[in-house]
Amino acid sequence: MNIVRALKCRECGQEYDIEPTHVCEFCFGPLEVVYDYEKLDGYFTRELIESRPQTMWRYKELLPINGDPTVGAQNGFTPLVRAKNLEKVLGVKELYIKNDSVCYPTLSFKDRVVSVALSKAVEFGFTTVACASTGNLAGSVAANAAAAGLESYVFIPHDLEQGKILGAGVFGTNIIGIKGKYDDVNRLCSEVAGKYGWAFVNVNVRPFYAEGSKSLGYEVMEQLGWKAPKHIVVPMASGSLCTKVDKSIKEFIKLGLIEDNQTAVYGAQATGCSPIAKSVKDGTDMIHPVHADTIAKSLAIGNPADGYYANRVINESGGWAEDISDDEVVAAMKLLAETEGIFAETAGGVTLGCAKKMIESGKLPRDESIVLCITGNGLKTMEAVADAVTKPRIIEASLKEFDLLAEADGVNV
Amino acid sequence: MKSRVYLTFVQSHIREPLIWKLAKEFDVVTNIRMAEVKDGMGLVGLEIDGADDVVEAAIQWLISEGVQVSPIEQDVIEG
Repeated sequence: MNIVRALKCRECGQEYDIEPTHVCEFCFGPLEVVYDYEKLDGYFTRELIESRPQTMWRYKELLPINGDPTVGAQNGFTPLVRAKNLEKVLGVKELYIKNDSVCYPTLSFKDRVVSVALSKAVEFGFTTVACASTGNLAGSVAANAAAAGLESYVFIPHDLEQGKILGAGVFGTNIIGIKGKYDDVNRLCSEVAGKYGWAFVNVNVRPFYAEGSKSLGYEVMEQLGWKAPKHIVVPMASGSLCTKVDKSIKEFIKLGLIEDNQTAVYGAQATGCSPIAKSVKDGTDMIHPVHADTIAKSLAIGNPADGYYANRVINESGGWAEDISDDEVVAAMKLLAETEGIFAETAGGVTLGCAKKMIESGKLPRDESIVLCITGNGLKTMEAVADAVTKPRIIEASLKEFDLLAEADGVNV
Repeated sequence: MKSRVYLTFVQSHIREPLIWKLAKEFDVVTNIRMAEVKDGMGLVGLEIDGADDVVEAAIQWLISEGVQVSPIEQDVIEG
């Protein structure tokens, strides 16, 4: 059942047909997919959802595609982990990790948005897809396009680390490295998206792409036993995930799938790129663009397209936003790995580190349920923790040497 | 070409008639679609229409005047 009604301008409310377009022709406001939810009355039930395969597509009626997905049919439905060890360390009663560091197929939540964008691109008749990225998005577009038999172009800064180029290049995509300052590279990507008849996932199909993030929120609520958490902490780059998690909760309430738990949404950023967190702390909704300087590269968006809307969600839901230093990011990555066995990328360190700071400051209450959204895998940003991880102790291949070491550690035979 | 951009003005530039100067200096048609001044910052959504090289020169002039110029999609390079 397709309940998509239109694309609607978030600013002036002008509606548009479902087409590969993303900006209001009148006021330049961003377009968002809107739905006729009443069509799902009596049909879209918990039982129906639970009867479907455990992928993000079990909520397909709330994702903007016609029928079944053609790209990324296996994506999503990542674990929600009760973080008992972290609860003790942080002194909180009920803490969960939504672990998208194991999202299929490229180990980041981008697989959710990309599979929606590419499925929609196929519907629109595109045969080439593209993106501009410094990491996770590049890999996800390249992999999902390869699996779907689509041609792909990935634009990257020319000096991107070899490991990240490999993470996209292995899928046979066309990688274009662009020289120049960040702002010039960014503007070129926008111009390419406007000129070539491709599905540029985060430009002309962005309204559909962004909706994929809602699946993370749906899963959290189902995995909590059909209820929303009291508090949810989300890393912020463009701010889109923050708004879509909020939208997912409001949709489930509207459809009668959960009770309204007055969920507060919290945003997390690294101090070196924290325009949204700063706006929340300053009590304004104006986002001052910054030049990013942080190890949390996947969150390094200095001029965030959804910053204003993320700010509004945080304020209206009663949440807060925080930022932490790069050293705190590394410490939080280690803490998550050592307590819960989850190796998150730098953005995960940002989320946990900001949550810790907000718990200590009292912004996040200790006695109510908290979900932390971990959005990418640590194997992609190993350089960030390379110097902070304990080095191996080297011994000769001799039992005697190991006995001495074990004795020093207090190990009993 | 028609370029659609957001201009961000810092406080010291808010009172400068930079869009008027732009149209005087370059052979372009400007069309303001949204504008807001708040909290020490100005934001304008502007369409700039003209020959490709003239539009590009106009944008570079705005940047040289201290205005941040970004596509209406803002940052499209994601992590």
